[in-house]
Amino acid sequence: MRRIIDTGIRYVLFLSALASVFIVFLILLFTLREALPAFREIGVIPMLTGTVWRPQQDKLGILSMVAGSVLVTLGSVALGVPLALGGAIFLAEVAPQVVREVVRPAVELLAGIPSVVYGLFGMVVLVPAIRNTFSVPGNSGFNLFSASIVLAVMVLPTITNIAEDAIRAVPSDFKQGSLALGATHWQTIVHVTLPAARSGIIAAIILGVGRALGETMAMIMVIGNSIRMPRPLGGNPLTLFLSQARTLTGNIAVEIKYATGLHEDALFATGVVLFVLIMVVNASARFVIQRGGAE
Amino acid sequence: MSNRGPVSKSMTREDATFARLVQLAVSTEDETPREKVNLARRRLIQKAAFGLLWLSGIAAVVILLSVVGYVVVQGIQVLNLEFLTTPPAGGLAASDVGGMSTTIISTVYLVFWTIVIAAPLGVMAAIYLVEYAEEVEGGTGLIPAIVSVVRFAVEILAGVPSIIYGLFGYALFVSAVALGWSFSLRSAAVTGAFLVLPVIIRASEEAIKAVPRSYRQASLALGATKWQTAWKVVLPAAAPGIITGIVLSVGRVVSETAVFFVTFGGTVRAPDTVFDLTSPGRSMALHVYYLAMETRAFDKAMGTGAVLILTIILINLLINVVTRRLTAKLKGR
Repeated sequence: MRRIIDTGIRYVLFLSALASVFIVFLILLFTLREALPAFREIGVIPMLTGTVWRPQQDKLGILSMVAGSVLVTLGSVALGVPLALGGAIFLAEVAPQVVREVVRPAVELLAGIPSVVYGLFGMVVLVPAIRNTFSVPGNSGFNLFSASIVLAVMVLPTITNIAEDAIRAVPSDFKQGSLALGATHWQTIVHVTLPAARSGIIAAIILGVGRALGETMAMIMVIGNSIRMPRPLGGNPLTLFLSQARTLTGNIAVEIKYATGLHEDALFATGVVLFVLIMVVNASARFVIQRGGAE
Repeated sequence: MSNRGPVSKSMTREDATFARLVQLAVSTEDETPREKVNLARRRLIQKAAFGLLWLSGIAAVVILLSVVGYVVVQGIQVLNLEFLTTPPAGGLAASDVGGMSTTIISTVYLVFWTIVIAAPLGVMAAIYLVEYAEEVEGGTGLIPAIVSVVRFAVEILAGVPSIIYGLFGYALFVSAVALGWSFSLRSAAVTGAFLVLPVIIRASEEAIKAVPRSYRQASLALGATKWQTAWKVVLPAAAPGIITGIVLSVGRVVSETAVFFVTFGGTVRAPDTVFDLTSPGRSMALHVYYLAMETRAFDKAMGTGAVLILTIILINLLINVVTRRLTAKLKGR
């Protein structure tokens, strides 16, 4: 009797494990099925290279959203990575125990704060500040720069946590050897520890990029959601970041609830593009980690 | 520092590090006459560098305090018992009057169902992956192949951004194309359950893996079957880790917005009871979004945001307590 129950339960557990595969299959099936008509009718290349998004006229190019997502991700990496890596080195190498016990929970909590709260803070504090600081015509405060700052804070915990683990995993005899040769602690960090932790640190940054590309609500709240191609507002090319934009994620969330027909299909196609982008990013992180492990 | 002469790609990691060390030693060797100056210079550089590192560590705390502090201080001005117990008035447009009571209720219902669906599924999957799959892994045939596909699937699910879950939930549950459940508690709960499933599987897997092998051997030696061992010995020992994963998922559902924006509807009326699965609703996080974006009622948005933040802090504290108890228990062994 016990044997029969045991075998029965084995199959139930097996089926539960299969649920994940089933869900991935369902996600692919439904997203692709809804996206296919858009790809077929508009064409993959015209859709990816089209800069005009006018659903009423069936003009459904998503290049400006791709640009929005890529630019805001780059912006957040530029602002967030130095801080995140500094924080990781600090936590792993420099911080006294007492300080570490304050900073690490702070980083954990930063990861837990809901994205709408970041969005709200961005709308109320950051957007007016950016509007008043840069007096360029057309700068509403709702722009790529505000969004990059918000996103930088949101990816900081991801990068800090993974990078800190990577730095900690460096064997201590590496460091001891360096210190014994008379190198300072800082020289040891730069010449020994960081090179040894390189693959983990790169993976941390790539995973941060994946996180940034997927963020939705906070982006909708601060980026302005303009469907036009981002372009510099003034003579300085950096004013590109004062331009309004829209992310791929935002495009889906803002329009899916009322879209019908080809418009709805195009939003699913936007989802497919986003999915592929993020899969490529995450796969490259996995590749970097595996290669680093094999070295 | 850019001269990496002796370090080449074909070296092992250890060799490369050793080469760097030798380089360091050589480069400092001939500086004996100016040793003091050199050392002072190196120490100065270290001081400056460490200063920057301290700054970035402190920055994380300052950012946290300013975001949390600002929202909580602003929010507390509208927070009172009345705000917590009054429903938001009117529909989308008028929700800048009234409180947030129904959004708390909707959030609780939503959390309840997502966990009821995801926790058993996730824990059972984790038990299979650790206790049962190990004996087949590495072998050939259909089952080992399926197990590695499962692992790959969990990894993919963990990386999928939430709006993709939302899009999929919208297609499968909400829209008339498939199930036609429209915006409802059940559409939102099932989609939310899929979202947290990888979180629960991973946490449970870690917890179950950490149970010492000797526990299982003792149980099996006493004649217990594999399932009896898993159920009566392994699971209780792994419980704190599994609970941590579940509490983490609760936090994830409370703070998630994108998924529920496209599956839960957003009406200010909460479902009548927890079993009123066909009614739409609005979670606290969604309420913040609607208040800020649709009605620009920033004061009420701050109030709701403050409740949201306090909930998350509470959840984090809970996890810390569970984890600490777990490590204390492990050390006691």
